Amino acid sequence: MNPDFVSPADASVFGIPVVIFTVLIPVLGMAAFTFIMAKRMAPLVRSASDPRLDRIPDRLFGMVKYAIGQWRHPRYLLAGVLHIIIFAGFMILSLRSLTLVLLGISSDFVLPGLGGIGGDIYGVLKDIAGTLVLVAVIVAMIRRGIFKPERYTVPRQYGKDHTWEAILVLALISTLMLCDMVFEGTGDAGGLHAGGFVFPLTGHWIASRIFAGASMATLQNIHLASYFIHDVVFFCFLCFLPLGKHFHVITSLPNVFFRKLRSGSVKPVKWGVDADALDDLESFGVKKFEDFTWKHILDFYTCADCGRCSDQCPANAAGRPLSPRFISVKSRDYAFKHYPIKGDICPSDAPLVGNIFTEDEIWSCTTCGACEAECPLFIEYIDKIVDLRRGMVDDGMVPQSLQKPLRALEKRGNPWGKMERKRIDWIKDKEFAAGCEVKVLDRKKTAETLYFVDSITSFDDRMQAIAQASARVLSAAGIDFGILGKLEKDSGNEVRRFGEEMLFLELRDQNTEAILKSGVQRIVTADPHAFNALTKDYEDLPPVEHISQVILKAARSGQLNFKPVTDPGKVYTYHDPCYLGRHNGLYDDPRAVLDAIPALNRIDMEKSRDRSFCCGGGGLMLFYEPEEDQRMGVLRVQMAESAGANVIVTACPFCLVNIEDAIKVSGLEGKMEAIDLVELVDQHIIAE
Amino acid sequence: MEILVCVTRVPDTAENEIEVNSDGTDIGRDDLVYSVNEWDNYAVEEAIQIRDRVGGSVTVVTVGDDESEEILRREMAMGADSGILLADGAFDGSDGLGIARILKAEVDKGNYDLILTGAQSEGGTAEVGGMLAALLDLPFASLVNQIEIVDEKKIKVGREIEGGNIEVSEIDLPCVLSVQTGINEPRYVGIRGIRKVASLDIPTHGAADLGVDPATVGADGARVKRMDYFIPDLGEGAEMLEGDTEEIISKLIELLKAKGGLK
Repeated sequence: MNPDFVSPADASVFGIPVVIFTVLIPVLGMAAFTFIMAKRMAPLVRSASDPRLDRIPDRLFGMVKYAIGQWRHPRYLLAGVLHIIIFAGFMILSLRSLTLVLLGISSDFVLPGLGGIGGDIYGVLKDIAGTLVLVAVIVAMIRRGIFKPERYTVPRQYGKDHTWEAILVLALISTLMLCDMVFEGTGDAGGLHAGGFVFPLTGHWIASRIFAGASMATLQNIHLASYFIHDVVFFCFLCFLPLGKHFHVITSLPNVFFRKLRSGSVKPVKWGVDADALDDLESFGVKKFEDFTWKHILDFYTCADCGRCSDQCPANAAGRPLSPRFISVKSRDYAFKHYPIKGDICPSDAPLVGNIFTEDEIWSCTTCGACEAECPLFIEYIDKIVDLRRGMVDDGMVPQSLQKPLRALEKRGNPWGKMERKRIDWIKDKEFAAGCEVKVLDRKKTAETLYFVDSITSFDDRMQAIAQASARVLSAAGIDFGILGKLEKDSGNEVRRFGEEMLFLELRDQNTEAILKSGVQRIVTADPHAFNALTKDYEDLPPVEHISQVILKAARSGQLNFKPVTDPGKVYTYHDPCYLGRHNGLYDDPRAVLDAIPALNRIDMEKSRDRSFCCGGGGLMLFYEPEEDQRMGVLRVQMAESAGANVIVTACPFCLVNIEDAIKVSGLEGKMEAIDLVELVDQHIIAE
Repeated sequence: MEILVCVTRVPDTAENEIEVNSDGTDIGRDDLVYSVNEWDNYAVEEAIQIRDRVGGSVTVVTVGDDESEEILRREMAMGADSGILLADGAFDGSDGLGIARILKAEVDKGNYDLILTGAQSEGGTAEVGGMLAALLDLPFASLVNQIEIVDEKKIKVGREIEGGNIEVSEIDLPCVLSVQTGINEPRYVGIRGIRKVASLDIPTHGAADLGVDPATVGADGARVKRMDYFIPDLGEGAEMLEGDTEEIISKLIELLKAKGGLK
C-alpha cells in the first residue's frame, strides 16, 4: 500500500481528522431522518384502525412477489425494466452504501459475510449493479426530461408538474453511483486495494483507468471528495425520500405486505363495529382526513406518481373528472400541509369533499378496479371512494339522479321502483313459458338450485332475454332450479359501493332470509354484480356460482352439447365484466365456454382480462349522470372494432346495456352486435 | 326565523303504476308505496337552508293519519327541528278548504314568521297554500323558486313566469309561500338518518285540540266532491313522417304551412 494514500477514516484536512465528519454526517443524517419519519407517522396514529395482520404467509409471499420481485412492473415494459434495474441495484447497493458510511469511520471495516471470497463476489456484483443503475437512470432522465410520456403530465386542475422531482432524484442517484465509481477508481489508482479483480466495462473499471496516471495528491483529494459527496448526498437523499413521491422507496415493502387480500369486497364502515352497532356511530365514512384508515394514509405516502392507475382508469379515459392518481397525490399534499415537518400539526375538521375532492369526482368511479389491478404498489382506491361516498350519503350529499333509484330500492327493492310482483313477468311470457317452466320457490315448491336473477335481468325488457336464456340453459343442463320471485330484492352490490350501507344491509337481510328459507343447496346467477355481492358481501349462504362456471361444467361432462356457429363472417370477442374478471378472477371459464362452441372464431381485444375496460358501470351507475366527454361504452366498442371483432360477447347484463347503447351511439348498428354469453350458449345448444 | 312547512303523504309516482280502481271512485291503492309529496320536500329543504343561514327553527306539519308520521320523520331526518301530526277521524275526506282550515288552526297556535307549502300535491289543485294565506289574512306568493331573507320583516321571492323569466317581489313577513320544485337540490335522507330521529316525540293534534268545528272540515264540510275518475279515450296517434332528413323537413314545412303554423 502506498503510505501517502489513505482512506477517509485515516485522513485529515487542514490538520482536522476527517473521522470527525464521517461520524457527524451519519449521526446528523440519521437524526434528521428519524425526526422526519416521526413527523410523517403523526397522521397515521390519529387515523382509523385497520387490521392487516391476518394471513401472514400470503402477505409475505405477496411482498416477495410484488415488491421485491416487482411482478407488475413489466406491464409497462420500458418503465418497468428501468425500474427493475434501479430497484435491484438499490437492493444490492444498500449493503455497499452501509459499508461506505462505516468505512469512513474505520478504514478496514467489512460487513459480516463480505470478507474474503464473498466480498470479492459482492464487489463484482455491486460494480455491475452500480453501472447498470447509472445507465438506467440516464435513460430514465432522457425519458422523463425529453420524451415526457403522456401519463406523467399533470392536468392544470390537479396542480403543478412533478417532473423536477423525478429528475432531481434521478440526479441524486446518479451522483451516488458516480461517487462510488470515482471513490473506487481513485482508491485503486492510489493503491489501496491493488490487484483486486475489477469487472471490465463497469464504472469502477473505467474510473480506475481514467485515474491511473493521476498524481497522488490529486487522487487523494478526489478520493476524499467523492467520499464526502457520497456521504452527504446519501443522507440528503434519505431525508428527501419522505418529502414526496419517493417516499415509496421506504413505504412500498410494508404497503405491499399490508395490502388488501379480498378483491371485490368492501371494507366495513368501521373495523370492529358490527352491523347492529352501526346506528350508534356518530358519523359514517370518510369526511375529514383522519377518517381514513392508517393503511389508506400509508397508500397516499406510497404513491410513486407513476400514473398507471389513471392511464387504465376508464373514467379518466372518458373525460370524467376523476383521475385515481390525483386522489393519492392530492391526499398526500393535504397530509404534508396539515402535518408539516416544520411547525405544529394543524388537523382540520373541514370536509375533504368540497375542499380537495369534488362530489362529481367521487361519484365518477364505477368501482371497476382497473387502477388497483395495475398499481405496482397495491394502492387501494375502491375502499376509499366507498368510504368517501359513505360520508357524502351521511351528509345528504347525493345527486338527485341517484336519490330516486335509492328511494325506489328502499321502497320496492329495485332501483326502478317497479312493483315486486312484476319481478316474475319474464317467466310468464307466453312463448317462453311454452318451452320452459320456471318454479317460483315458495312454501310449496323447492329446488336444489336457486337462480338469483337480480333486478335488471328481472325488469328490463331487453335483459329479460338473459333470464329466459339462463332458465333454458339451466334446464338443458338438467339442473333442478327455481327463482325467489317477489321475495328477491336487489343484491345491493352498488348500493353498498355507492355508500348507502344501511340500505344495503336491509336488502342483504331480506335476501338472506328468503334464500335460507327456500332451502336451496346452491345459488347460480348470470349477473356478476349479484355474484360478487353474494360471495363477498353476504354471509352464511349456500355456495354461489356464476352461470359461466355451471355451463362449462355441463359442457365438459357432456350434459350440454353445442352446434357449430353457422355464419363464418362473425368474429367474436369476449368483454370481461369487471365484477366477473378483475374482482373474481373468472377470466378463463367464459372463454372456455365460447371455445366449446364449434367453429366459433374468437379473438381478444388488446385490453382484456385484468386490463379489461369498463363498459360504463352497472347498478346505480346506470342512473348517475356524469360529466364526461365520451361514454366508456363507446370507447369499448371502438376497441372491439379495431381488434377486428363484429360480435362483443359479455357475461353481465349491465355490460350488455352499456355496449348495446354504445353501438347505437357510435353508429355501428348492423356492423357490430352485442350478446350475452348465456344467450349465445342458448342459441347453440343441441336439444336432446 | 320560525318556519312552518306543510307537507303531505302521497303515492310516489316514480314507484307506482297508478290505475283507476274498478268503480272509478279513486285510484287503486293496493300495492302502492307512499312518500312525501315532492314539492313539499323542496319546501322543507328550503326552510332548512334558511334556518341554517339566519337561525330559528323549522317545524313540519301534516294533516293525515298514523301512517303520515313516516313522512314527518323523514323530513325531520332531513333537518326539520320538530313535527306535528294533525289527525282526527273528523278530518277524513276534507277538500282543499278543509285542509286549509285545519292548518290555519295549527298556525294560530304558534308564532310563525314564514309558512311554506309545496306548490301542489296529489290532487294537482294547488289550492291549499292560497286558501291558507287567505284564511290567515297573510300575503301569499305561489310557485316560488327563490327566497331571499332581507331582514326580520321582509323577504324577496322569485317566481318563474312565462318564457323562463323570473319575477321578483318583496313580501312582508309573516307570509305564506307555495314552493316550486327546482328551488334547490333536496338532500338525501338515508335509513340511518330516519333511525336517528325514530325516538323523537311527534305530538298529534285532533279537532278538539285545534278548536276546529268538525262540521267545517272532513267529508261533511267539503264543498268540492269528487264525482268520477276515468282514463280519457286514446286519441289518434302521431303521424310519423318518413323519408330522408331533407324529405322529412320539406314535408314538415308543408304541414306547418297548411295548418297555419308557418306563414
